Formats: sequence, C-alpha cells, structure tokens
Amino acid sequence: MRVKALETLLTEKGLVDPAALDAIIDIYQNQVGPQNGALVVAKAWADPVFKARLLADATEVVAELGFYGRQGEHITVVENTLERHNVIVCTLCSCYPWPLLGIPPGWYKSDAYRARVVREPRAVLAEFGVVLPEGQAVRVWDSTAEMRYLVLPMRPEGTEGMSVEELAALVTRDAMVGTGLATVPQ
Amino acid sequence: MTICTPDRPEPPPFSEPWHAQAFALTVHLSERGNYTWPEWAERFSAELTEHRGHQGPLDGGADYWAAWLGALEGLLNERGLAEPAVVETLKEAWEAAYLATPHGAPVHLDMGQKAG
Repeated sequence: MRVKALETLLTEKGLVDPAALDAIIDIYQNQVGPQNGALVVAKAWADPVFKARLLADATEVVAELGFYGRQGEHITVVENTLERHNVIVCTLCSCYPWPLLGIPPGWYKSDAYRARVVREPRAVLAEFGVVLPEGQAVRVWDSTAEMRYLVLPMRPEGTEGMSVEELAALVTRDAMVGTGLATVPQ
Repeated sequence: MTICTPDRPEPPPFSEPWHAQAFALTVHLSERGNYTWPEWAERFSAELTEHRGHQGPLDGGADYWAAWLGALEGLLNERGLAEPAVVETLKEAWEAAYLATPHGAPVHLDMGQKAG
C-alpha cells in the first residue's frame, strides 16, 4: 500500500506515467535476463575478434547487440584466465549490469555476500561450489552506479565446434558474476 | 553463515508485485530527471546501512525491498515531491478501498476519500 500511495500521489502531480511503470516492470520481469549476457559470452568464445573488441570496449559492443540502457551505460568485461578468476559485487548497494543479467538474485543483494566476498572470496566461492586452484588469483570487482562488470568465464573443454547457441546454453548467471564456472557439456 | 544453495531453483526477479512497483517507480522518476541514478544509489546505500544497524544483516529478500522503499520515500520527501503525511493518508485510503472491495473485483481508489 505504501508503493500504491506514492504512485497515486506522483501520478496526480504529473510526475509519473503509469503506463511507463508497467512497461518497465514488463522489461525486467519478462524480457531482460542472463540469456543476454550468455549470448555475449558465447560470441566471445566463438569469435576472437569479437572478444578482443568486447574486452576493449564492452559498452559499445554489447550495445550493438541491442543490450544497452539502464545500468548498462558503462560496462567492463573482465576475463577469467588460468592465472586469474574474477568475481563481481556491489559493496555500496546492488549495482549490476541489468541489460546483460537482469535483476540481481537475492544473494547478490544480501549483506553476507556483499561484505564477505571482498574479505574472504575463496571461502565464499567454495560455498557456491567453486574451488579454485591455489595458483589462480582471485580479483573482486566492486560495481558502482557508474561502472558495472561482467565476468567472461573460461570456455570449457570439449566445446570445440559448438554453435554460438549451444555455447550460450553453457553460460550460467553465476558464471558471469564469477560465483560459478561455465557448465561442462555432458 | 552460508550465502546460498546454488542448486535451488531460480526465483522470479520480483517475488512480490510491490517490489516490482517500487523498482519501476524509482527507475521512472530518475529517468524523468527527479534525481540521478548515482544520487539514488547513494541514498539507497545509506538506507541499507541504517537498516543493518537496526535489524542486523539483510538477507537480500523482503528486507532489501523494504529498505529500497524507505530510501525512495526519504529521497522524495527530501526533494519535496511526496510529503509523508500525504502519502500516509493515501495509504490509508488504499487500505480502506481494498477492504471495501469484494474479493476478486478490481480495487479503485475513491479520490473523494483521500482527504478524509
């Protein structure tokens, strides 16, 4: 009822267009989600030129795919390698690359994740089932209202010759946050 | 303190309709130039910190959206866009309208009630 009250008041004042609110809800409830980011990752795995451009200027490259707008104004893609695994967080609130991943899951917004992944990333990753080799460093990227990150996971073994669509199916939301790895095909 | 069980099925992005409404309202008002997104993020971050002080760690569910709405109400009040007393009156009018509406029928706010 508190939201309804605000909406009524602001609509009466001419500050809010109720149809625009419905459109926003529809986008984030039904249209935008991790499938967008998965397509970007799959294309980067399949096409070295695309990947190089993506790592150099992600905002521009994902916009070409139609993934732009709110919370996508400045996006940096960070690549996982054998030397370094990347994880994203927002210690301030819950900044997240909406055009590529949609609305963040509850755990991303929890105090436990936001505080602990910075302090003890390996312990947090282990709780997600990700145990990294000793020699692989972990870098935690703190998103802000100005800059958001997407992790480019490592391409799994045994995926040679797969199409972009098949590759995209291996890319989970957690893999693009860094709390998971890409799925290894059975 | 375990953060998650990764195998749990993915919940919808908004578990309650009002979460989605609060989200959309915040985005829309920002896009209409009432505040910038960094201004919102700063306000929301302060609210999250305050909530944590009062209620302990947030789990990122309903408590997160309660903090979100509190931040929005605070910001709109600061900007002179939504005075708490008026919002409270409207909230009571909506509650009365819901209680007075037969189950299953659409709820409408009788604008004549809100001054009362």
